[in-house]
Amino acid sequence: MKISNIFSRKNRILLRELVITDFKLRYQGSVLGYLWSLLKPLLLFAIMYVVFIHFLRFGEGREHFAVSLLLGIVLWTFFTEATGQGMQAIVSRGDLIRKINFPKYVIVMSGTISALINLIFNLLVVFVFMLFDGVDFKWTALLFPLNIIELYVFSLAVAFFLSTAYVKYRDISHIWEVLLQGVFYATPILYPLQMVIEYSVVAAKALMLSPIAVILQDARFNVVSQNDTITNSQLIDNTALLLLPHLLVLLVVVVATFYFKKHQKFFAETI
Amino acid sequence: MSGNTDKIAISVKGLSKTFKIPIEEVSGIKSKFLNLFNSGSGYREFTPLNNIEFTINKGDFFGIVGKNGSGKSTLLKIIAGIYTPNKGTVVVNGSLVPFIELGVGFNPELTGKENVYLNGALLGFSHKEVDNMYSDIVEFAELEDFMEERLKNYSSGMQVRLAFSIAIKAKGDILLLDEVLAVGDAAFQQKCFDYFEQLKKEKRTMIIVTHDMAAVKRFCNRALIIRDGHIEAIGKPSEIADLYTEENIERLNKDQSKEVEKSKTDLRLSIQKKRFKPEEELAATISYTPPANIPTFINFSILRNGSVVADYNTKNQLDLHVKSGEVKFKLTQPLNDLNPGTYDIYLSLHGLEDNHLFNQLQKAATFMVQGYDESRDGPLKLDGKWTMLN
Repeated sequence: MKISNIFSRKNRILLRELVITDFKLRYQGSVLGYLWSLLKPLLLFAIMYVVFIHFLRFGEGREHFAVSLLLGIVLWTFFTEATGQGMQAIVSRGDLIRKINFPKYVIVMSGTISALINLIFNLLVVFVFMLFDGVDFKWTALLFPLNIIELYVFSLAVAFFLSTAYVKYRDISHIWEVLLQGVFYATPILYPLQMVIEYSVVAAKALMLSPIAVILQDARFNVVSQNDTITNSQLIDNTALLLLPHLLVLLVVVVATFYFKKHQKFFAETI
Repeated sequence: MSGNTDKIAISVKGLSKTFKIPIEEVSGIKSKFLNLFNSGSGYREFTPLNNIEFTINKGDFFGIVGKNGSGKSTLLKIIAGIYTPNKGTVVVNGSLVPFIELGVGFNPELTGKENVYLNGALLGFSHKEVDNMYSDIVEFAELEDFMEERLKNYSSGMQVRLAFSIAIKAKGDILLLDEVLAVGDAAFQQKCFDYFEQLKKEKRTMIIVTHDMAAVKRFCNRALIIRDGHIEAIGKPSEIADLYTEENIERLNKDQSKEVEKSKTDLRLSIQKKRFKPEEELAATISYTPPANIPTFINFSILRNGSVVADYNTKNQLDLHVKSGEVKFKLTQPLNDLNPGTYDIYLSLHGLEDNHLFNQLQKAATFMVQGYDESRDGPLKLDGKWTMLN
């Protein structure tokens, strides 16, 4: 798997074909078809919006809490979807792998790209809610794509690692499910980070070692609310500690790439 | 050797493959964890291929034959790049289009057209390349009116026709087909075979794996036979096909001999060898222990595909009376009246007076007359005379 091969024409075509197929099949047979890609998040978020405003009082008195929450959930959903689909990618296409030789990373990537497409639709809907909620445009919004890119790279790397491990150990899917649930509550998604800081600054700092938490807070800061979002750089003044979550992303990328490269040759006979 | 690359399509050198098969399925962390403690015993090694070496030239129509479990499929999968060999190398010059199975990756929810493009992408073709093959594929499959319909609405015959058409119309340099030479109804099968003839004339490089020896003799210009993970022979298709047939005969005869020993009269027949040239004579040694004081005779038949070609007996020919013990005699049979092919011998022991059947050997032996001649078929070498009238 040379870098030049990854984006070779042939592999790009295959990737495109797989993603398109996946997308076509998703709403196959439904009357509204692709419209569901927008309609579904719109309806779901409408429900959440009402619930957050009226029942969850964590964010009382905070600026644009509901939108902030929505963005958090959307990004988190992407992470679970991308890693989940990526993990299953190799095993679920086992039949194909045993019969045709084609670049295996393409199917892992196609799973994460399907999730990415979903994310884009969801973000469009979040944008609608932002307008609705009167969120002002900020120049930092230009940095938002960087947050998404980092999140995607991290998710992809995790997906590579999980898909490889899953070929050999089917326990991984259960472990990952539990782990995700744990990380979900250890990440300031449903509750604002301020709540944790009020309780214990050390705990807040510890939570912000997670790449997901850092990306999430940065994204909220960049597009939703600068006054009411505490980012890593406001919380921690040690440069090394600030870089740690990003280095962690890098580490996962390196380890996952190495691990996947080493084992992909034997997928056909192990599955 | 570097000058040969424009002549050689595939070169396989010192190829070995070993699978590690877990004795107890280790697909969980718990069992992996437990296996750490009783190390070593978790795997059984299985070597389907051992030191395989051969080359396929450009323009070859190459046949690979062998019994089930001989290692053919593993070899194919390594050539196709699906498995990674433990030792040795496979060099493929040009693009290889493998069909280990037809219709891999077909999705019933997609239309025929979408499936062609998806399948093409999986095989490494770009959208444009598939565009170029598309009309050919559809035409060959005879599915012009159905391409916009979903695959799940196709009959199974239509599905295999589409899959097969993609396989043989795919514009790769080397085409690899496993166990499928023709699909569909008789007319379509004929079309497939005709197309193979055409490919052969066009000097396309083809690798076929099959159990159909007639096809090997008809299409291939070279072939190899693989047995228990090594190449037993490589060379002329007719010789390879004969070797394969002989191997199967041996297996059949082995099964037969067990039954023979059980019978009371101990009727036996053995022939000096299994493969004959048309000008040779078959010599059969027959022995049995006759029932006490009953005169007997032996009936001898030669069958091909279950129908009798010749049938004769020892009545008025040979007095089989002996005072005691075993009767043993010999039969010689010239074979120059038989066409090349595989024949079975049926042997039975009867009472001379009442024709009572004492014993019979359904397939006492199987033998083969060598050679291949596409101008004749059927068991008997009867030559009619052709004369031009204009």
